[in-house]
Amino acid sequence: MATTRYKADLQIPLEELGLTRDEVLGMYRDMLMARAVSERLWILGRLGKVYFLVSCEGHEAAQIGSVYAMRRGHDIFIPYYRDLGVALAAGSPPLDIFLHALGKRADPYSAGRQLPGHYSRRDLNIVSGSSVVGTQIPHGVGTAYASRYRGEDAVTIVYFGEGATSKGDFHEALNFAGIHRLPVIFFCENNGWAISVPQTKQMVVQDVASKADGYGFPGLSVDGTDVLEVYRVTREAAARARQGQGPTLIEAKVFRFSSHSSNDDQTRYRTPEDLEGERAHDPVIRFQEQLLNSSVLDEVEDLQIREEVDRTLDEAMTQAEASPDPHPEDASGQVYSEG
Amino acid sequence: MPEITYRKAISQALREILQSDPRAFMIGEDIGGYQGAYAVTRGFLKEFGPERIKDTPIAESVIVGAGIGAAMAGSRPIIEIMTINFSLLAMDQIINCAAKLHYMSGGQVTVPLVIRTVSGGGTQLAASHSQSLEGWFAHVPGLKVVAPSTPYDAKGLLRAAYQDPNPVMYVEHSLLYGMKGDIPDEEYSIPLGVADVKREGSDVTIISYSRMAQVALKAAVRLEEEGIDAEVVDLRSLRPMDTETIINSVKKTSRAVVVEEGWKAMGIGAEVSARIMENALEYLDAPVQRVASADIPMPYSRPLELATLPNEDRIIEAVHRLF
Repeated sequence: MATTRYKADLQIPLEELGLTRDEVLGMYRDMLMARAVSERLWILGRLGKVYFLVSCEGHEAAQIGSVYAMRRGHDIFIPYYRDLGVALAAGSPPLDIFLHALGKRADPYSAGRQLPGHYSRRDLNIVSGSSVVGTQIPHGVGTAYASRYRGEDAVTIVYFGEGATSKGDFHEALNFAGIHRLPVIFFCENNGWAISVPQTKQMVVQDVASKADGYGFPGLSVDGTDVLEVYRVTREAAARARQGQGPTLIEAKVFRFSSHSSNDDQTRYRTPEDLEGERAHDPVIRFQEQLLNSSVLDEVEDLQIREEVDRTLDEAMTQAEASPDPHPEDASGQVYSEG
Repeated sequence: MPEITYRKAISQALREILQSDPRAFMIGEDIGGYQGAYAVTRGFLKEFGPERIKDTPIAESVIVGAGIGAAMAGSRPIIEIMTINFSLLAMDQIINCAAKLHYMSGGQVTVPLVIRTVSGGGTQLAASHSQSLEGWFAHVPGLKVVAPSTPYDAKGLLRAAYQDPNPVMYVEHSLLYGMKGDIPDEEYSIPLGVADVKREGSDVTIISYSRMAQVALKAAVRLEEEGIDAEVVDLRSLRPMDTETIINSVKKTSRAVVVEEGWKAMGIGAEVSARIMENALEYLDAPVQRVASADIPMPYSRPLELATLPNEDRIIEAVHRLF
């Protein structure tokens, strides 16, 4: 696993990273937002208003750091169901996520048809596939193929958990992309658990990144709780892809703070010590400390950002809950495209 | 009108698409250097180059999955699954992804993808290489499924499948590639979901598609010799299915036999039969008959294989049961 370059007590080298202060604060705000949206969705779940949820808690740095490294609105994002933070950072506001989770008519991702966690905004180049693990990985190969075929310099970033790397689609997709040196980043958020199955029972290798060896392109492991390191590594991979140097597999090592989904209870298969110990690696707190210690942010501004996030979410939730449900007759439309 | 083979008709349609639409490219196993497992893409690699005629590893799921991704992104890929038997390895991509993405994205995403594949038995390739699984795909909302029986239909349906904004399974038959037929010089296409009355008759309607439509036509010639005037309806499209043409024919003849190369249980014959019941029961003089492959995995040995597949004799026997 790569070592962290930016210790919390050091300055943040904005210039070296190619980031402005506003961008760094944007990352922070998006991380806070992703965490807060997840928490609020969980409450809606307990109230019986949302029937299925996948939380992003613990993955925020990996998701948001990687999105900021891409050209948003130009590059193609193919998230998986845990990627709430990817959707937010790629430009989809929290209102979208609430409308989607509540199954409202105005749900911009699916018009109330798809399980929560399937973020799809064609206008923002965010495309979600089916719920079946790993099946989106070949789609990323196809979008990358199309970009290159048309002579465009868009890069595709396709996301998945380490559980998906056991699937045939993972192998077929990486093999194909390697052969044709396609402009695609395979971004694995490795939280060590495929529902209840730990990594040791999923694979014998320590690092998912090492699987790239079989496909002839670089595989990199990165501390997925370090948003700036994720950003740096992903930006380099995007630059390589854009220059025609082919794919990269990035493994962001993260922690899964919540159960797999709202239908799961991880206290049944994980020890209290494990779950408690994991909290020491909270990516949101880590980044907050880093920003405060390096004087990019002061405490007053931090509070302002948090209040702004809360206000935004209060409004979004109120608006989403008041939004009309779909009509029964909406069920039968759009099975086929009329062209 | 020049006479060309079924193989050539498909090849011609593909070539014209590739020549006229820069968005089109092909992905599949052995389509480039080898020029196609059934020689449909002969000369393509030389004419269109390796970016447009892409040979792939033996990896059906990514062939379909990459096709879906490219189609979502606005390209018009034509992909090839060497035979329908191997589509099983890409079933999730076809059914859970290609067929559903438009609906499940609230209409945001379209998947204009042609999946060419080859169905059917009769070439002694045994149980895992001789299946007729097109009915499975016709079960699924979001997919379209066509299976031409003549060179004319093959070319016209392929053009329509390409122009369609939805995923279309285009199902060829390995025993039809050498069949010859007339094709007009000018460009044409055949709308999806329109059946064709391949032979008019007044006594019985035989409904079929793909190679079995040709077998039905031969059976009709023999039936004529014994004084039975059979109408042969070629479905051409399994989804959408042209119920109207079926029903109009049955109303005229009052008798129906459905012939398919797949298995009888839960098959195309069952579907067509149900549509006849729902729409023309009072016109029937006898129960609808179904002719299909025997309810067994396809055996290799020639006598066993012939005992399994439907043929003219079995169609004629089924017609006799109606009188």
